[in-house]
Amino acid sequence: MPFPVISFQDVYYAYPGTEEYALKGITFEVTAGTTEIILGGSGSGKSTILKLVLGLIKPESGAIEVDGVDISRMEESDLMNVRAAMGMVFQEGALFDSLTVAENVGFRLTEQDQLSDEALESRVRSVLGFVDLEEFYERMPSDLSGGQRRRVALARAIAHRPQCILYDEPTTGLDPIIGSTICDLVVKLRDLEGVTSVLVTHQLRDAFQVAQSFTMIKDGQTVYNRIDDLDVLVGTEFIVLNRGEVVFRGPQRELWATDEPYVRKFLEGLLIPVARR
Amino acid sequence: MKRRLLSIQEFSKLSFQSVVTLISRPLYWRDTFDQMDSIGVGSLTIVCLTGLFTGMVLTVQTSATLDAFGARPYVGRMVSLSMIRELGPVLTALMVSGRVGSGMAAELGSMVVTQQIDAMRSLGTDPIRKLVVPRLLAGLVMVPALTVLSNAVGLIGGYLVARFTLRLATSLYWHSALDAIQVHDLFMGLAKPIVFGYIIVTVGCYQGLNTTGGTRGVGESTTQSVVTASIMILASDYFLNLLILRFVYP
Repeated sequence: MPFPVISFQDVYYAYPGTEEYALKGITFEVTAGTTEIILGGSGSGKSTILKLVLGLIKPESGAIEVDGVDISRMEESDLMNVRAAMGMVFQEGALFDSLTVAENVGFRLTEQDQLSDEALESRVRSVLGFVDLEEFYERMPSDLSGGQRRRVALARAIAHRPQCILYDEPTTGLDPIIGSTICDLVVKLRDLEGVTSVLVTHQLRDAFQVAQSFTMIKDGQTVYNRIDDLDVLVGTEFIVLNRGEVVFRGPQRELWATDEPYVRKFLEGLLIPVARR
Repeated sequence: MKRRLLSIQEFSKLSFQSVVTLISRPLYWRDTFDQMDSIGVGSLTIVCLTGLFTGMVLTVQTSATLDAFGARPYVGRMVSLSMIRELGPVLTALMVSGRVGSGMAAELGSMVVTQQIDAMRSLGTDPIRKLVVPRLLAGLVMVPALTVLSNAVGLIGGYLVARFTLRLATSLYWHSALDAIQVHDLFMGLAKPIVFGYIIVTVGCYQGLNTTGGTRGVGESTTQSVVTASIMILASDYFLNLLILRFVYP
Protein backbone atom coordinates (compact mmCIF):
# COMPACT_ATOMS: atom_id res chain seq x y z
CA MET A 1 0.00 0.00 0.00
CA PRO A 2 1.47 3.40 -0.94
CA PHE A 3 2.50 5.47 2.07
CA PRO A 4 1.36 9.08 2.55
CA VAL A 5 3.93 11.65 1.48
CA ILE A 6 1.89 14.42 3.13
CA SER A 7 -0.53 13.95 6.00
CA PHE A 8 -2.70 16.59 7.74
CA GLN A 9 -4.48 15.58 10.94
CA ASP A 10 -7.05 18.04 12.34
CA VAL A 11 -4.94 21.10 11.51
CA TYR A 12 -5.99 24.55 12.68
CA TYR A 13 -4.25 27.76 11.68
CA ALA A 14 -4.89 31.48 12.27
CA TYR A 15 -2.75 34.23 10.77
CA PRO A 16 -0.96 36.42 13.36
CA GLY A 17 -3.12 39.31 14.52
CA THR A 18 -6.39 37.70 13.39
CA GLU A 19 -9.04 36.08 15.53
CA GLU A 20 -10.59 33.87 12.88
CA TYR A 21 -9.03 30.59 11.82
CA ALA A 22 -7.84 30.46 8.21
CA LEU A 23 -7.93 26.66 8.40
CA LYS A 24 -10.28 24.64 10.61
CA GLY A 25 -9.71 20.98 11.30
CA ILE A 26 -8.09 20.11 7.98
CA THR A 27 -7.46 16.38 7.54
CA PHE A 28 -6.18 14.72 4.38
CA GLU A 29 -3.37 12.58 3.01
CA VAL A 30 -1.47 12.62 -0.27
CA THR A 31 0.03 9.28 -1.22
CA ALA A 32 3.19 8.86 -3.28
CA GLY A 33 2.78 9.35 -7.02
CA THR A 34 -0.70 10.84 -6.82
CA THR A 35 -2.05 14.33 -7.46
CA GLU A 36 -4.16 16.22 -4.97
CA ILE A 37 -6.04 19.16 -6.46
CA ILE A 38 -7.21 21.74 -3.92
CA LEU A 39 -10.04 23.94 -5.15
CA GLY A 40 -11.68 26.90 -3.47
CA GLY A 41 -12.47 30.57 -3.79
CA SER A 42 -10.20 33.45 -2.81
CA GLY A 43 -9.41 33.44 0.91
CA SER A 44 -10.53 29.84 1.44
CA GLY A 45 -7.11 28.83 2.80
CA LYS A 46 -5.71 26.91 -0.20
CA SER A 47 -2.28 28.58 -0.29
CA THR A 48 -2.03 28.41 3.50
CA ILE A 49 -2.05 24.60 3.22
CA LEU A 50 1.00 24.70 0.93
CA LYS A 51 2.85 27.03 3.30
CA LEU A 52 2.13 24.62 6.15
CA VAL A 53 3.42 21.67 4.11
CA LEU A 54 6.72 23.48 3.61
CA GLY A 55 6.91 24.58 7.24
CA LEU A 56 6.91 28.25 6.24
CA ILE A 57 4.23 28.74 8.90
CA LYS A 58 3.33 26.58 11.88
CA PRO A 59 -0.15 25.28 12.77
CA GLU A 60 -1.96 26.33 15.95
CA SER A 61 -2.89 22.71 16.58
CA GLY A 62 -2.99 19.36 14.82
CA ALA A 63 -0.21 17.39 13.16
CA ILE A 64 1.44 17.69 9.75
CA GLU A 65 3.64 14.86 8.57
CA VAL A 66 5.87 14.90 5.53
CA ASP A 67 7.40 11.57 4.59
CA GLY A 68 6.30 10.25 8.00
CA VAL A 69 8.07 13.01 9.93
CA ASP A 70 6.03 15.41 12.06
CA ILE A 71 7.04 18.91 10.98
CA SER A 72 4.44 20.87 12.93
CA ARG A 73 6.82 21.83 15.73
CA MET A 74 10.11 21.41 13.89
CA GLU A 75 12.91 24.01 14.09
CA GLU A 76 13.75 26.01 10.94
CA SER A 77 17.19 24.40 10.63
CA ASP A 78 15.66 20.89 10.66
CA LEU A 79 13.00 21.89 8.15
CA MET A 80 15.71 22.48 5.55
CA ASN A 81 16.11 18.69 5.19
CA VAL A 82 12.35 18.23 4.77
CA ARG A 83 12.24 20.92 2.08
CA ALA A 84 15.05 19.18 0.18
CA ALA A 85 12.54 16.58 -1.00
CA MET A 86 10.04 19.20 -2.13
CA GLY A 87 9.67 21.88 -4.74
CA MET A 88 7.21 24.71 -4.89
CA VAL A 89 5.90 26.89 -7.69
CA PHE A 90 4.69 30.13 -6.14
CA GLN A 91 1.96 32.44 -7.36
CA GLU A 92 3.53 34.86 -9.87
CA GLY A 93 6.67 32.72 -9.86
CA ALA A 94 8.54 34.52 -7.03
CA LEU A 95 11.75 34.55 -9.07
CA PHE A 96 14.74 36.36 -7.55
CA ASP A 97 14.85 39.69 -9.44
CA SER A 98 18.58 40.22 -9.04
CA LEU A 99 19.56 36.81 -10.46
CA THR A 100 19.52 35.58 -14.06
CA VAL A 101 17.21 32.79 -15.19
CA ALA A 102 20.09 30.31 -14.92
CA GLU A 103 21.00 31.50 -11.41
CA ASN A 104 17.38 31.26 -10.35
CA VAL A 105 17.03 27.73 -11.65
CA GLY A 106 20.37 26.65 -10.21
CA PHE A 107 19.83 28.47 -6.89
CA ARG A 108 19.31 25.40 -4.76
CA LEU A 109 21.99 23.42 -6.56
CA THR A 110 24.48 26.22 -5.93
CA GLU A 111 23.48 26.71 -2.32
CA GLN A 112 23.09 23.14 -1.15
CA ASP A 113 24.68 20.68 -3.55
CA GLN A 114 28.35 20.99 -4.24
CA LEU A 115 28.13 20.51 -8.01
CA SER A 116 30.95 21.32 -10.42
CA ASP A 117 30.31 24.27 -12.75
CA GLU A 118 29.87 21.91 -15.70
CA ALA A 119 27.42 19.65 -13.86
CA LEU A 120 25.49 22.69 -12.64
CA GLU A 121 25.20 24.21 -16.12
CA SER A 122 24.22 20.87 -17.60
CA ARG A 123 21.43 20.36 -15.05
CA VAL A 124 20.16 23.92 -15.41
CA ARG A 125 20.09 23.65 -19.21
CA SER A 126 18.35 20.30 -18.91
CA VAL A 127 15.49 21.61 -16.74
CA LEU A 128 15.19 24.77 -18.83
CA GLY A 129 14.89 22.49 -21.84
CA PHE A 130 12.14 20.58 -20.02
CA VAL A 131 10.09 23.79 -19.80
CA ASP A 132 11.18 24.79 -23.31
CA LEU A 133 13.11 27.90 -22.25
CA GLU A 134 16.75 26.94 -22.77
CA GLU A 135 17.41 29.99 -24.92
CA PHE A 136 16.51 32.23 -21.94
CA TYR A 137 19.47 30.95 -19.91
CA GLU A 138 21.21 34.33 -19.51
CA ARG A 139 18.10 36.53 -19.35
CA MET A 140 16.89 38.42 -16.29
CA PRO A 141 13.41 37.66 -14.88
CA SER A 142 12.29 41.20 -15.78
CA ASP A 143 12.79 40.31 -19.47
CA LEU A 144 10.28 37.44 -19.28
CA SER A 145 6.53 37.35 -19.84
CA GLY A 146 4.18 36.10 -17.11
CA GLY A 147 3.96 32.61 -18.63
CA GLN A 148 7.71 32.37 -19.06
CA ARG A 149 8.25 33.39 -15.45
CA ARG A 150 5.96 30.57 -14.29
CA ARG A 151 7.83 28.08 -16.44
CA VAL A 152 11.18 29.27 -15.02
CA ALA A 153 9.65 28.95 -11.54
CA LEU A 154 8.65 25.40 -12.43
CA ALA A 155 12.17 24.68 -13.67
CA ARG A 156 13.59 26.06 -10.41
CA ALA A 157 11.22 23.87 -8.40
CA ILE A 158 12.27 20.67 -10.19
CA ALA A 159 16.01 21.38 -10.58
CA HIS A 160 16.95 19.38 -7.48
CA ARG A 161 14.70 16.46 -8.48
CA PRO A 162 12.15 16.70 -5.64
CA GLN A 163 9.80 13.80 -4.89
CA CYS A 164 6.87 16.14 -4.35
CA ILE A 165 5.92 19.43 -6.02
CA LEU A 166 3.48 22.00 -4.70
CA TYR A 167 1.81 24.34 -7.20
CA ASP A 168 0.25 27.53 -5.87
CA GLU A 169 -2.15 28.88 -8.49
CA PRO A 170 0.36 28.27 -11.32
CA THR A 171 -1.99 29.52 -14.05
CA THR A 172 -3.62 32.51 -12.34
CA GLY A 173 -3.40 35.65 -14.45
CA LEU A 174 -2.27 33.81 -17.57
CA ASP A 175 -4.24 33.56 -20.81
CA PRO A 176 -5.88 30.15 -21.48
CA ILE A 177 -3.24 29.03 -23.99
CA ILE A 178 -0.28 29.76 -21.70
CA GLY A 179 -2.25 28.33 -18.76
CA SER A 180 -2.77 25.16 -20.75
CA THR A 181 0.98 24.95 -21.45
CA ILE A 182 1.67 25.15 -17.71
CA CYS A 183 -0.89 22.39 -17.05
CA ASP A 184 0.78 20.22 -19.68
CA LEU A 185 4.08 20.67 -17.83
CA VAL A 186 2.41 19.62 -14.57
CA VAL A 187 1.08 16.50 -16.29
CA LYS A 188 4.45 15.83 -17.92
CA LEU A 189 6.21 16.03 -14.56
CA ARG A 190 3.68 13.72 -12.95
CA ASP A 191 3.65 11.11 -15.72
CA LEU A 192 7.25 11.18 -16.92
CA GLU A 193 9.09 12.00 -13.69
CA GLY A 194 6.67 10.30 -11.29
CA VAL A 195 6.50 13.16 -8.79
CA THR A 196 3.72 13.55 -6.24
CA SER A 197 1.83 16.80 -6.77
CA VAL A 198 -0.42 19.13 -4.83
CA LEU A 199 -2.09 21.64 -7.12
CA VAL A 200 -3.89 24.62 -5.63
CA THR A 201 -6.14 26.49 -8.01
CA HIS A 202 -9.51 28.14 -8.36
CA GLN A 203 -9.60 27.53 -12.11
CA LEU A 204 -11.74 24.46 -12.80
CA ARG A 205 -10.66 24.23 -16.42
CA ASP A 206 -7.00 23.81 -15.40
CA ALA A 207 -7.86 21.41 -12.59
CA PHE A 208 -9.77 19.11 -14.93
CA GLN A 209 -7.08 19.36 -17.61
CA VAL A 210 -4.51 18.11 -15.09
CA ALA A 211 -6.87 15.41 -13.80
CA GLN A 212 -7.94 14.10 -17.21
CA SER A 213 -4.70 14.35 -19.22
CA PHE A 214 -1.85 11.93 -19.43
CA THR A 215 1.36 12.02 -21.35
CA MET A 216 3.86 9.54 -22.77
CA ILE A 217 6.91 9.50 -24.97
CA LYS A 218 6.16 8.17 -28.45
CA ASP A 219 8.84 8.04 -31.13
CA GLY A 220 10.93 10.47 -29.09
CA GLN A 221 8.08 12.99 -28.88
CA THR A 222 5.99 13.92 -25.85
CA VAL A 223 2.39 13.04 -26.63
CA TYR A 224 -0.56 14.35 -24.61
CA ASN A 225 -3.90 12.54 -24.41
CA ARG A 226 -7.15 13.24 -22.64
CA ILE A 227 -9.39 10.73 -20.83
CA ASP A 228 -13.06 11.59 -20.87
CA ASP A 229 -14.27 8.48 -19.04
CA LEU A 230 -14.21 9.64 -15.40
CA ASP A 231 -14.50 6.07 -14.09
CA VAL A 232 -11.02 5.14 -15.26
CA LEU A 233 -9.31 8.16 -13.70
CA VAL A 234 -7.07 7.12 -10.84
CA GLY A 235 -4.39 8.83 -8.84
CA THR A 236 -6.05 12.25 -8.77
CA GLU A 237 -8.20 13.45 -5.92
CA PHE A 238 -10.01 16.73 -5.36
CA ILE A 239 -10.37 18.71 -2.15
CA VAL A 240 -12.74 21.68 -2.05
CA LEU A 241 -12.21 24.28 0.67
CA ASN A 242 -14.73 26.81 1.87
CA ARG A 243 -13.73 29.35 4.54
CA GLY A 244 -10.94 27.15 5.84
CA GLU A 245 -12.94 23.93 5.99
CA VAL A 246 -12.89 20.89 3.72
CA VAL A 247 -16.37 20.61 2.22
CA PHE A 248 -15.55 17.87 -0.28
CA ARG A 249 -12.88 15.27 -0.80
CA GLY A 250 -12.93 12.61 -3.50
CA PRO A 251 -12.32 11.75 -7.15
CA GLN A 252 -13.61 13.82 -10.08
CA ARG A 253 -16.61 11.57 -10.70
CA GLU A 254 -17.82 12.13 -7.11
CA LEU A 255 -17.09 15.84 -7.39
CA TRP A 256 -19.59 16.14 -10.24
CA ALA A 257 -22.14 14.03 -8.37
CA THR A 258 -22.01 15.75 -4.98
CA ASP A 259 -24.93 17.78 -3.63
CA GLU A 260 -22.79 19.91 -1.34
CA PRO A 261 -24.13 23.46 -2.01
CA TYR A 262 -20.75 25.26 -2.09
CA VAL A 263 -19.28 22.69 -4.47
CA ARG A 264 -22.35 22.93 -6.69
CA LYS A 265 -22.00 26.71 -6.81
CA PHE A 266 -18.30 26.38 -7.51
CA LEU A 267 -18.87 23.93 -10.34
CA GLU A 268 -21.57 26.08 -11.84
CA GLY A 269 -19.19 29.02 -11.83
CA LEU A 270 -21.46 30.97 -9.51
CA LEU A 271 -18.89 31.51 -6.79
CA ILE A 272 -18.54 35.18 -5.94
CA PRO A 273 -15.05 36.06 -4.68
CA VAL A 274 -15.02 36.73 -0.94
CA ALA A 275 -13.61 40.26 -1.45
CA ARG A 276 -16.72 41.30 -3.43
CA ARG A 277 -19.33 40.00 -1.01
CA MET B 1 0.89 48.38 23.16
CA LYS B 2 0.92 44.61 22.75
CA ARG B 3 1.89 45.04 19.09
CA ARG B 4 4.78 47.36 19.99
CA LEU B 5 6.09 44.94 22.60
CA LEU B 6 5.83 42.16 20.06
CA SER B 7 7.81 44.26 17.56
CA ILE B 8 10.54 44.87 20.14
CA GLN B 9 10.66 41.14 20.85
CA GLU B 10 10.85 40.29 17.14
CA PHE B 11 13.52 42.93 16.54
CA SER B 12 15.61 41.61 19.45
CA LYS B 13 15.20 38.09 18.11
CA LEU B 14 16.40 39.08 14.63
CA SER B 15 19.32 41.06 16.07
CA PHE B 16 20.38 38.13 18.23
CA GLN B 17 19.91 35.58 15.43
CA SER B 18 21.95 37.67 13.00
CA VAL B 19 24.86 37.89 15.47
CA VAL B 20 24.71 34.14 16.19
CA THR B 21 24.62 33.42 12.45
CA LEU B 22 27.49 35.86 11.90
CA ILE B 23 29.84 33.77 14.02
CA SER B 24 28.91 30.47 12.36
CA ARG B 25 29.62 29.07 8.91
CA PRO B 26 29.04 29.32 5.99
CA LEU B 27 29.32 33.04 5.31
CA TYR B 28 28.37 34.47 1.95
CA TRP B 29 31.55 36.40 1.17
CA ARG B 30 30.53 37.37 -2.38
CA ASP B 31 27.26 38.87 -1.12
CA THR B 32 29.19 40.58 1.69
CA PHE B 33 31.59 42.25 -0.76
CA ASP B 34 28.64 43.28 -2.95
CA GLN B 35 27.04 44.89 0.09
CA MET B 36 30.31 46.59 1.07
CA ASP B 37 30.39 48.07 -2.41
CA SER B 38 26.77 49.16 -2.16
CA ILE B 39 27.07 50.63 1.35
CA GLY B 40 30.64 51.95 1.14
CA VAL B 41 31.32 53.02 -2.43
CA GLY B 42 27.68 53.92 -3.03
CA SER B 43 27.65 56.30 -0.06
CA LEU B 44 31.01 57.99 -0.74
CA THR B 45 29.63 61.11 -2.40
CA ILE B 46 26.90 61.84 0.12
CA VAL B 47 29.20 61.16 3.10
CA CYS B 48 32.05 63.27 1.71
CA LEU B 49 29.74 66.18 0.97
CA THR B 50 28.21 65.94 4.44
CA GLY B 51 31.65 65.88 6.06
CA LEU B 52 32.94 68.74 3.91
CA PHE B 53 30.10 71.14 4.63
CA THR B 54 29.93 70.17 8.30
CA GLY B 55 33.65 70.96 8.71
CA MET B 56 33.23 74.24 6.84
CA VAL B 57 30.21 75.41 8.79
CA LEU B 58 31.81 74.35 12.08
CA THR B 59 34.80 76.56 11.29
CA VAL B 60 32.63 79.53 10.40
CA GLN B 61 30.45 79.15 13.49
CA THR B 62 33.17 78.46 16.06
CA SER B 63 35.52 81.14 14.75
CA ALA B 64 32.95 83.81 15.54
CA THR B 65 32.83 82.65 19.17
CA LEU B 66 36.56 82.07 19.47
CA ASP B 67 37.31 85.52 18.06
CA ALA B 68 35.51 87.05 21.02
CA PHE B 69 38.24 85.54 23.26
CA GLY B 70 41.07 86.08 20.79
CA ALA B 71 41.33 82.33 20.35
CA ARG B 72 40.95 82.00 16.57
CA PRO B 73 44.09 79.77 16.30
CA TYR B 74 42.21 77.10 18.26
CA VAL B 75 39.58 76.71 15.58
CA GLY B 76 41.31 73.56 14.26
CA ARG B 77 41.03 71.96 17.69
CA MET B 78 37.33 72.72 17.85
CA VAL B 79 36.71 71.30 14.40
CA SER B 80 38.73 68.11 14.86
CA LEU B 81 37.28 67.19 18.26
CA SER B 82 33.71 68.01 17.23
CA MET B 83 34.02 66.05 14.02
CA ILE B 84 35.78 62.97 15.42
CA ARG B 85 33.89 62.63 18.68
CA GLU B 86 30.41 63.63 17.65
CA LEU B 87 29.41 65.09 14.32
CA GLY B 88 31.34 62.75 12.04
CA PRO B 89 29.88 59.51 13.47
CA VAL B 90 26.33 60.83 13.96
CA LEU B 91 25.90 62.69 10.68
CA THR B 92 27.52 59.88 8.68
CA ALA B 93 25.23 57.36 10.34
CA LEU B 94 22.14 59.48 9.68
CA MET B 95 23.13 59.88 6.03
CA VAL B 96 23.86 56.16 5.59
CA SER B 97 20.61 55.33 7.34
CA GLY B 98 18.69 57.51 4.89
CA ARG B 99 20.42 56.07 1.88
CA VAL B 100 21.26 52.48 2.78
CA GLY B 101 18.88 51.53 5.61
CA SER B 102 15.88 52.64 3.59
CA GLY B 103 17.22 50.77 0.55
CA MET B 104 17.58 47.57 2.58
CA ALA B 105 14.03 47.89 3.92
CA ALA B 106 12.68 48.51 0.41
CA GLU B 107 14.63 45.65 -1.18
CA LEU B 108 13.79 43.07 1.48
CA GLY B 109 10.22 44.36 1.73
CA SER B 110 9.75 43.86 -2.01
CA MET B 111 11.17 40.36 -1.69
CA VAL B 112 8.64 39.61 1.07
CA VAL B 113 5.58 40.86 -0.82
CA THR B 114 6.61 39.02 -4.00
CA GLN B 115 7.15 35.82 -1.97
CA GLN B 116 10.86 35.70 -2.80
CA ILE B 117 11.71 35.22 0.88
CA ASP B 118 9.29 32.27 1.08
CA ALA B 119 10.80 30.91 -2.14
CA MET B 120 14.28 31.21 -0.64
CA ARG B 121 13.21 29.32 2.48
CA SER B 122 11.47 26.68 0.41
CA LEU B 123 14.72 26.21 -1.52
CA GLY B 124 16.51 25.44 1.74
CA THR B 125 18.33 28.75 2.23
CA ASP B 126 18.15 30.71 5.47
CA PRO B 127 17.25 34.35 4.59
CA ILE B 128 19.05 35.63 7.69
CA ARG B 129 22.29 33.97 6.64
CA LYS B 130 21.91 34.88 2.97
CA LEU B 131 20.46 38.40 3.23
CA VAL B 132 20.93 39.86 6.72
CA VAL B 133 24.41 38.66 7.71
CA PRO B 134 26.22 39.97 4.59
CA ARG B 135 24.56 43.35 5.11
CA LEU B 136 25.46 43.32 8.79
CA LEU B 137 29.11 42.49 8.14
CA ALA B 138 29.27 45.16 5.45
CA GLY B 139 27.63 47.72 7.76
CA LEU B 140 29.99 46.94 10.65
CA VAL B 141 33.00 47.51 8.39
CA MET B 142 31.84 50.27 6.06
CA VAL B 143 30.06 52.67 8.44
CA PRO B 144 33.26 53.16 10.53
CA ALA B 145 35.29 53.47 7.31
CA LEU B 146 32.90 56.09 5.94
CA THR B 147 33.02 57.92 9.27
CA VAL B 148 36.82 58.10 9.15
CA LEU B 149 36.57 59.47 5.62
CA SER B 150 33.89 61.96 6.62
CA ASN B 151 36.07 63.16 9.50
CA ALA B 152 39.04 63.61 7.19
CA VAL B 153 37.03 65.52 4.60
CA GLY B 154 35.45 67.59 7.40
CA LEU B 155 38.90 68.59 8.64
CA ILE B 156 39.90 69.53 5.10
CA GLY B 157 36.70 71.57 4.71
CA GLY B 158 37.47 73.32 7.99
CA TYR B 159 40.99 74.01 6.78
CA LEU B 160 39.77 75.54 3.52
CA VAL B 161 37.53 78.01 5.38
CA ALA B 162 40.21 78.70 8.02
CA ARG B 163 42.86 79.34 5.39
CA PHE B 164 40.96 81.26 2.74
CA THR B 165 38.21 83.02 4.72
CA LEU B 166 39.69 83.42 8.21
CA ARG B 167 43.25 83.86 6.87
CA LEU B 168 44.66 81.41 9.41
CA ALA B 169 48.11 79.94 8.73
CA THR B 170 48.09 76.35 7.45
CA SER B 171 50.47 75.07 10.12
CA LEU B 172 48.51 76.75 12.88
CA TYR B 173 45.26 75.05 11.82
CA TRP B 174 46.71 71.57 11.42
CA HIS B 175 48.85 71.72 14.59
CA SER B 176 45.82 72.76 16.57
CA ALA B 177 43.60 70.16 14.92
CA LEU B 178 45.92 67.17 15.23
CA ASP B 179 47.47 67.94 18.63
CA ALA B 180 44.03 67.94 20.21
CA ILE B 181 43.24 64.37 19.21
CA GLN B 182 43.92 61.75 21.89
CA VAL B 183 43.63 57.95 21.72
CA HIS B 184 40.33 57.97 23.62
CA ASP B 185 38.90 60.41 21.07
CA LEU B 186 39.77 57.98 18.32
CA PHE B 187 38.21 55.16 20.34
CA MET B 188 35.00 57.14 20.71
CA GLY B 189 35.07 58.06 17.03
CA LEU B 190 35.36 54.41 16.00
CA ALA B 191 33.19 52.72 18.64
CA LYS B 192 30.15 54.82 17.82
CA PRO B 193 29.99 54.05 14.08
CA ILE B 194 30.26 50.31 14.77
CA VAL B 195 27.15 50.53 16.95
CA PHE B 196 25.44 52.82 14.44
CA GLY B 197 26.25 50.44 11.58
CA TYR B 198 24.67 47.61 13.56
CA ILE B 199 21.56 49.72 14.20
CA ILE B 200 21.18 50.82 10.56
CA VAL B 201 21.40 47.27 9.20
CA THR B 202 19.32 45.47 11.80
CA VAL B 203 16.55 48.09 11.70
CA GLY B 204 16.52 48.17 7.88
CA CYS B 205 16.44 44.37 7.63
CA TYR B 206 13.84 44.00 10.38
CA GLN B 207 11.51 46.51 8.76
CA GLY B 208 12.00 44.92 5.35
CA LEU B 209 11.49 41.34 6.48
CA ASN B 210 8.36 42.27 8.42
CA THR B 211 6.69 44.11 5.57
CA THR B 212 2.99 43.45 5.15
CA GLY B 213 0.34 44.97 2.92
CA GLY B 214 1.85 44.84 -0.56
CA THR B 215 3.62 47.74 -2.23
CA ARG B 216 2.09 50.24 0.18
CA GLY B 217 3.63 48.24 3.00
CA VAL B 218 7.03 48.50 1.32
CA GLY B 219 6.75 52.30 1.39
CA GLU B 220 5.76 52.25 5.05
CA SER B 221 8.65 49.93 5.95
CA THR B 222 11.09 52.20 4.14
CA THR B 223 9.90 55.30 5.98
CA GLN B 224 9.74 53.46 9.29
CA SER B 225 13.29 52.14 8.92
CA VAL B 226 14.72 55.66 8.51
CA VAL B 227 12.67 57.10 11.37
CA THR B 228 13.45 54.24 13.77
CA ALA B 229 17.13 54.04 12.89
CA SER B 230 17.57 57.82 13.20
CA ILE B 231 15.97 57.92 16.63
CA MET B 232 17.97 54.88 17.77
CA ILE B 233 21.21 56.45 16.49
CA LEU B 234 20.60 59.71 18.35
CA ALA B 235 19.48 57.96 21.54
CA SER B 236 22.32 55.46 21.54
CA ASP B 237 24.77 58.31 20.84
CA TYR B 238 23.79 59.93 24.13
CA PHE B 239 24.21 56.71 26.11
CA LEU B 240 27.45 55.82 24.33
CA ASN B 241 28.80 59.25 25.26
CA LEU B 242 27.93 58.65 28.89
CA LEU B 243 29.53 55.20 28.86
CA ILE B 244 32.71 56.16 27.04
CA LEU B 245 33.22 59.35 29.03
CA ARG B 246 32.71 57.35 32.23
CA PHE B 247 34.91 54.35 31.47
CA VAL B 248 37.40 55.34 28.77
CA TYR B 249 38.28 58.97 29.39
CA PRO B 250 40.76 59.66 32.17
